[in-house]
Amino acid sequence: MKKKPFMKTPSGGLDREAWTTVMIWLTLVSVAMIFLAPIVYLVAASVKTMEDFHRYSFFPPPDRMTLSNFASLFSQVNFSRFLLNSLFVTCTTVTLQLLMASLGGYALACYRFRGQQGLMLMLLVSMMIPAPVMLAPLYELLFHMRLIDTHAGLIIPGLVNVLGVFLFRQAMLNIPADLVHAGRVDGAGEFGIYWHVALPVVRPTIGAFTLIAFMGTWNSFLWPQVVLQSNELFTLPIALNQLVGLYNDDYGALMAGTLLAVLPVVLLFFLLQKEFISGLTEGAVKG
Amino acid sequence: MKLNDPKIAPYVFLTPFAVIFSVFIAWPLFRSLLLSFTITSGPGAQVFVGTANYRFLLQDPDFWIAVRNTFTFVFFSLVIQVPLSLGLAMFLNRKGLWMRNALRFAFFSPHLMGLVFASILFTLLFAPRFGLVNEGLHAVTGGHWSMDTRWLSDARRVMPALVMVNLWLYVGYSMIYFLAALQGVDPQLYEAARVDGAGPFARFWNVTIPGIRHVLIFVVVISTIGGFQLFELPWLLLNNTPGPEKSGLTIVMYLYQNGFVSGDLGYASAIGWTLLLLVFCVSALQLKLSGSLRKESMA
Repeated sequence: MKKKPFMKTPSGGLDREAWTTVMIWLTLVSVAMIFLAPIVYLVAASVKTMEDFHRYSFFPPPDRMTLSNFASLFSQVNFSRFLLNSLFVTCTTVTLQLLMASLGGYALACYRFRGQQGLMLMLLVSMMIPAPVMLAPLYELLFHMRLIDTHAGLIIPGLVNVLGVFLFRQAMLNIPADLVHAGRVDGAGEFGIYWHVALPVVRPTIGAFTLIAFMGTWNSFLWPQVVLQSNELFTLPIALNQLVGLYNDDYGALMAGTLLAVLPVVLLFFLLQKEFISGLTEGAVKG
Repeated sequence: MKLNDPKIAPYVFLTPFAVIFSVFIAWPLFRSLLLSFTITSGPGAQVFVGTANYRFLLQDPDFWIAVRNTFTFVFFSLVIQVPLSLGLAMFLNRKGLWMRNALRFAFFSPHLMGLVFASILFTLLFAPRFGLVNEGLHAVTGGHWSMDTRWLSDARRVMPALVMVNLWLYVGYSMIYFLAALQGVDPQLYEAARVDGAGPFARFWNVTIPGIRHVLIFVVVISTIGGFQLFELPWLLLNNTPGPEKSGLTIVMYLYQNGFVSGDLGYASAIGWTLLLLVFCVSALQLKLSGSLRKESMA
């Protein structure tokens, strides 16, 4: 903590500007430690035995650490089933969202057609509509479609991602018209141009959108809570909410489950980190 | 008709999206307006009752508790979140800062946990006797803060607890937006202001704020729309209840309880449309206010 931050000062010593930077740095580090404490707690709690749980605030000594919490998740509850359910529902949703959003964004960015302005306006307004307004009629609709308590009932209504359409439109506006035109001259079909010309150009947006869409579906709670009834179909958020009641005192297992549930998102973030930050803020900063 | 015609292609490309949008967004939205004028017991059994749901809603004390809680949550979340995340972003944007990327990741990392899993984690962190929140406050206050402080079972502390978790999740997220916006402000503007003798506060008000205005409005509006939909956080933190004295009851939670616990989809839809109107009014007000912000800072 006493380490001095690296500073490029013209005079070599620490002038007033530099001291301000040191103070700012120390403030940031303190706030960062507060932000990280719950995460460290989560990791620590998942490797503590039940009797050590209250004895150590964070990590126990290494020889007292255990993986039994993880083992009990897989032996006592059907955790692997919930994990697979979540992975299946999320990957299917994200892939289809990606296709539809990028196709829609391409249509809006690289073509001029009748009804375009009206469509854009309608999509913009629809982004301000709180999703719970549709909860009751959606339930009714899926009931009549006999999709209640199925994964399809979870996936299909979640396929529309309006934000995604705008992200892709924004990115694809930068595609030079000449490039599209050249594709046509070469005899490529309209879909071929989208697939071979437009998509490769917007790779960062694909990365960013994949992460945003993944997180949105992975963490989805309200809709699955309404649609799913059978235990064996549960996704992780629904399953863990039940475990809170089930594992009354076995906090270790609950925290191990929470940690495992978060891990896929973290892994994906590290894979797509660069695209994510640029893709996320691009639309907002330019718009 | 050739699908490959550039005049036809955009319609073809938009078709899958448009179909799903019409069936699962536009139609349910329209349908919920119709439903809100009926009383239902589960899907299928409906009686038209005119505006009775809305009239009942306006006299329903629980609904007003939910409205008050939701507004309190949105207000305090915004008032703390926006300055805090902007402040952190400005600090992080400072030249020659050591470990900038690591710090940025530290602030952002809670967002990766997601609302649901963070709520489950915080049920433990808020626990009396051994919870990390009490432990931290106990240490910082030199032992004055009681370890027995109840957060989630004390009606007075439920709202502060909700705001705290929300800050933990979203401060780093809005900070990313602000950081990107700050990096887009032309440094020469700061130099020019400095030459004109503008102090740090004047530079902040006349250069920084106009420079990041779009992002500022964006963050405020999306945080407001998100805040009005508060449900998972209290529902999971408070063990699937509205909490002591309904201190954690929100509009969406009330909608969920009426529609899917009591089974009255009509009343739930009336709550939904009221929520929709509230969100539109507040967002419109914010956009109007931000318009006057521009005039002031340009003058």
